[in-house]
Amino acid sequence: MSRVVDAIPYARFLGVEVDRTDAGLECVLPFREAIVGNARLPAVHGGVLGAFLELTALLQLIDESGSTRVPKPITFTFDYLRSAGPATTRAQAEIFRLGRRIANVHVYAWQEDRSRPVAAGNGKFLL
Amino acid sequence: MSETKRFALGALFGPGLPEMVGHVPHAQVLGIRVAETGPGYAVCVLPYREELIGDPARRVVFGGAITTLIDHASGLAVACALEQLTAIATIDLRVDYLRAAAPGVDLFTRSECYRTTRAVAFVRAVAYERTADDPFASCLGTFMLGANRSDSPFERLVPGSGEQPT
Repeated sequence: MSRVVDAIPYARFLGVEVDRTDAGLECVLPFREAIVGNARLPAVHGGVLGAFLELTALLQLIDESGSTRVPKPITFTFDYLRSAGPATTRAQAEIFRLGRRIANVHVYAWQEDRSRPVAAGNGKFLL
Repeated sequence: MSETKRFALGALFGPGLPEMVGHVPHAQVLGIRVAETGPGYAVCVLPYREELIGDPARRVVFGGAITTLIDHASGLAVACALEQLTAIATIDLRVDYLRAAAPGVDLFTRSECYRTTRAVAFVRAVAYERTADDPFASCLGTFMLGANRSDSPFERLVPGSGEQPT
């Protein structure tokens, strides 16, 4: 899966890493100044969190479907639950339904405590 | 938007100013520019870069980078709809990808804040390469007003425009 990340320039740009844990595939977004949206708090940019959720959903989908083509996003909803501070953010996705043409994926991201997510999302992809 | 509103950022409306992005490190890293602002709306540009590609086969910009552009333009549109500046935070965004964005060109987003209440601002946005009539993505979003204790980053651009410190 790391090779897939390396093949997506924007994933490299954000510095996203992939971690295969007992709980499944997890994506890791290390904190750095370049991803800050609000410098005063400081907090990670909402767009970066959105991109990170979308990327995690996409990687989970490629991993489970074994597809060689990159699935195309149709629609994606992002919920911002807490401000994401200067710390490592992790995300995990779950495929709710893998159809013949459409996949429905839920994904959430957290920092120190998995039970206190900073953002969550739901995406539909065309396979 | 009512004609009689006194917008906090009204003095800045017109062609975008570099200072409107300067306070957001990630927007600077992406090279996002503000093209135009007005009462309750903002137009932002994401210059094309190879590093932002999401699908190497099609060479189109990753959807997530477009999310960042939309989020940024939408937050600015909310600030442009306020009579008194306050901290803004995204509650949610829904982005519909209508078609693939064209590769190799700059991408634009026009966001409009069409309603504000005391606590919430409502935004719709489109993303396009040439005209807002032919978008490749559309978006609906909600934003919380008075979201945190930090001041509005735009206050230093318009002295005296924010809330009194408490």
